[in-house]
Amino acid sequence: MTVVISVQNLHKSYAGHKSYAGQSYAGHKVINDISLSINKGECYGLLGPNGAGKTTTLRLLLGLIEPASGTINLLGHPIPQQASTARLRVGVVPQMDNLDPDFTVAENLLVYGRYFGMTDAQITSRLPMLLEFANLASKRDAKIPTLSGGMKRRLTLARALVNDPEVIFLDEPTTGLDPQARHLIWQRLRELTAQGKTLLLTTHFMDEAERLCHRLAILDQGRMIAQDSPRTLIQQHIEAQVVEVFGEHVTAWAAENAATFAPRFEVSGETVFCYVTEAQPLLTHLQEHGELRYLHRPANLEDVFLKLTGREMRE
Amino acid sequence: MKSQLLALPHLSLRFIPIWRRHFLVWKTMAVTSILGHLADPIIYMLGLGYGLGSMLPQMGGTSYLVFLAAGTICYSTMNSATFEALYSGFARMHEQRTWEAILNTPITLDDIVVSEILWAASKSLLSGLAVLVVIWMLGLSSSILSLWLIPLSLLVGLCFAALGLIMTALAPSYYFFMYYFTLVITPMMLLSGVFFPVEQLPPMLQIVAAILPLSHAIDLARPLLNGLLPSAMLLHISVLAAYTVFGFYTSLVLFRRRLSQ
Repeated sequence: MTVVISVQNLHKSYAGHKSYAGQSYAGHKVINDISLSINKGECYGLLGPNGAGKTTTLRLLLGLIEPASGTINLLGHPIPQQASTARLRVGVVPQMDNLDPDFTVAENLLVYGRYFGMTDAQITSRLPMLLEFANLASKRDAKIPTLSGGMKRRLTLARALVNDPEVIFLDEPTTGLDPQARHLIWQRLRELTAQGKTLLLTTHFMDEAERLCHRLAILDQGRMIAQDSPRTLIQQHIEAQVVEVFGEHVTAWAAENAATFAPRFEVSGETVFCYVTEAQPLLTHLQEHGELRYLHRPANLEDVFLKLTGREMRE
Repeated sequence: MKSQLLALPHLSLRFIPIWRRHFLVWKTMAVTSILGHLADPIIYMLGLGYGLGSMLPQMGGTSYLVFLAAGTICYSTMNSATFEALYSGFARMHEQRTWEAILNTPITLDDIVVSEILWAASKSLLSGLAVLVVIWMLGLSSSILSLWLIPLSLLVGLCFAALGLIMTALAPSYYFFMYYFTLVITPMMLLSGVFFPVEQLPPMLQIVAAILPLSHAIDLARPLLNGLLPSAMLLHISVLAAYTVFGFYTSLVLFRRRLSQ
């Protein structure tokens, strides 16, 4: 298997005077000893709460900021030394839209392709395919402010493909989209991996990561706290079944009974999460206590994520 | 880390696609832009030139209108480059995130800063050309030497674009630019001999005027419009070039620092 991205012992800290969202980040480690290796054709996810270091990792890999220490190799090029050359074969979907508002859909693609040194003829020959891929063929001459959020995201994805990249970085590609728009993006991303493209995406949607990613890493406060396939992570870190119990007096119920049925449980607000390998005894008990409502489901990535990163807000 | 911030600029031809992007944006409002470049100097020259000129029949050995023409072409080019580097540059860097999009391609920050300076200077060139056309049409200059004001407009544009980008690199918001206009651009316009000869100023202010880039631009433009070769030509060109290099390098270091955070 060909390794297209490899990172060893990456560190980055913001040394100074800069404050972000009211907090002082003096000497704060934003990336703390991250190592990873991504194979060709893989979809690799970076998961983590806000401020975990996901976007910083992408910026380091692109050579836009310099690491304090550690080595990065992207498509055979050492980063940041040969970042510009490496970026020739990379596409980026940024977190916030930065399409050119003065241009039409087609002009956005044309202008962006030129940044890669492509000729107008080369770009124009790829245009129909890119517009088709983004479901924007009918919007070719529309101005950007007239597009919906989903259309802008799809155009940003098409723009990232203008240079036919081997690796595509996606920073929260579906944040702020409605379910229909998200499903269309997911379908397109699966098509790209089917074509053999390598995808590196950040997200905080667990269903997105579970569906799309072959492997993923969970980041928290700049550290990588777990890395594997979604299924293995669930098997390794969490009991197979989850029963969510909610309703009035649920805390009192939990204090008295939860430990009897569930080896591990968590109280969060008005919900009790019971993690069990065998759910039947708990379900029978709950059916006898009709005042409590419950939801029985298989464990998922979100349970792993919350177990590893905790339930408290990160702000 | 420090050494990378201070590294010498790495120049390449990758600024060309960015320049073409700006040109494509400009093309959509070319008519408005050109009319603006023409109207502003016409209003100034006719208003001040005929109004004040009727009371001041002679200044610096020519009519006041001819005297004012040289100043007008220099401050118009200064203003064009300054506005472009400050307001439009800030919009591209901060508000529209155009730079962020471009930096994800093989283009580097050094290329972007070069493209900003060259683009702002291109608008200065256009502005200078517009004023020159007005000057010719009003019959204020008939010397072939006046053609040299075309490359001079470009040089003045490069100089003030590079200086303006220092402000853009430091600006937290658009309001910040008011300081630059109030404390730098307006005093420069009043002290550099746009409206009256520098010799009219008290000696202290004449020394200040001597280090301002706009004075050097005007010292080149005024004789050329009158069909004379400027004295100390090399000195004036060198000063403008030095300000350009200083502005380019300083703004580049500041942009590197700003965008690495």
